[in-house]
Amino acid sequence: MIAVVYVTGGILSVAVLLALYRAVRGPSILDRVLALDVVLAVIGAGLVLNMVLGRHLDNLVLLVAISLIGFIGSVTVARFVTDRK
Amino acid sequence: MINDVIVSILLIGGALMSLAAGIGLVRFPDLLSRMHAATKPQVLGLLLFLLALAVETGSWALVPLLVLCWIFQLLTSPVSAHMVGRAGYRTRHLRRDLLTLDELDDVVARAAATDPGRADRAGETRPEAGDGPT
Amino acid sequence: MSRQHIPLVTELPLVIWLVLVWGALWQDFSPGTLVFGAVIAYAVVNFFYLPPLELTGRFNVLWVIPFVGRFLYQLVIASAEVFWLALSKGPSLRSAVVAVPLRSSSDFLVTATGHAISLIPGSLVLEVDRSTSTLYLHCLHIDSEEDAEAIRRDVRATEVWLIRIMGSRADLRTLQTREARR
Repeated sequence: MIAVVYVTGGILSVAVLLALYRAVRGPSILDRVLALDVVLAVIGAGLVLNMVLGRHLDNLVLLVAISLIGFIGSVTVARFVTDRK
Repeated sequence: MINDVIVSILLIGGALMSLAAGIGLVRFPDLLSRMHAATKPQVLGLLLFLLALAVETGSWALVPLLVLCWIFQLLTSPVSAHMVGRAGYRTRHLRRDLLTLDELDDVVARAAATDPGRADRAGETRPEAGDGPT
Repeated sequence: MSRQHIPLVTELPLVIWLVLVWGALWQDFSPGTLVFGAVIAYAVVNFFYLPPLELTGRFNVLWVIPFVGRFLYQLVIASAEVFWLALSKGPSLRSAVVAVPLRSSSDFLVTATGHAISLIPGSLVLEVDRSTSTLYLHCLHIDSEEDAEAIRRDVRATEVWLIRIMGSRADLRTLQTREARR
């Protein structure tokens, strides 16, 4: 079981590194928002992994909060990008 | 034992979905195709992770909360994807040479031709009287 | 901030949904929790009101289960496909913006169809034209007109499912007569 957690964590780390590469490279602000959305999703996955490993449910609230932050963040940025001439 | 196997498969499957998002973000050529990779596999990824959590804890009282978590994601992710996609299309963040056909562009061009007042803000033109400011 | 009075019946689905959310958050569906949740839900609906959602007054539970099954199947297949495209095609990927005219003119159904389509990887709603209820989708990996036609068929099949689940009676009737003719 512990091996599985390491493998999962490894895959998630690669995913977050790829997303961060895109967030740094850009080219546009929408690309960065998208990449940071993926970073948030990976963080959420990490929280679930932590819950599975520790057999507790303390992070569920954080999970909901993170997905809400991602949603509000990307909608706000998209809104401003559309409105700016 | 059998639980461990299921949880392992679910966890690795969910992590692979995140990896798909990462690879797609880096390898796809323009904003809109990156969006497909970035937002959508996460829906399945979160589902697999939540299933893993449900199997691991094995309590039924938890299931509605996990379903709720997933439904929130189901409701929000298309909305944010649509907002970002629309902003990307209107601000011309897509590579036209990669599109095999673009039926929205024809409509936008026609609307701009019949309504010259809107032609100067071509990036903003709606196909028709649309859904108002959303 | 005045508003026209919205009858309780139109708000009922929203109230029930909020009560279910309340119960799920407390992880407790005992009567006490539900009653308190109902009080809070009623207060929330009345103080933070939204424009009334125009449901169609029909909801067929029998069609929901196969629809969810089809949805999950498509989700898994399409997610794997996007993964494979990212690995194999990468930068040389070609996509398209496809217009899909829908049958129903109800805002609710167009929204639901757009939502279901957006959730399945490989298609994304860019723009909606309400006057003709047309969805403009951005689709991955479209090489030819046939691929675009396949997407249109797929979207309209999804819409047919949604009409069967919760379309208005008029939409359902046109659907049935069309099928009978075929």
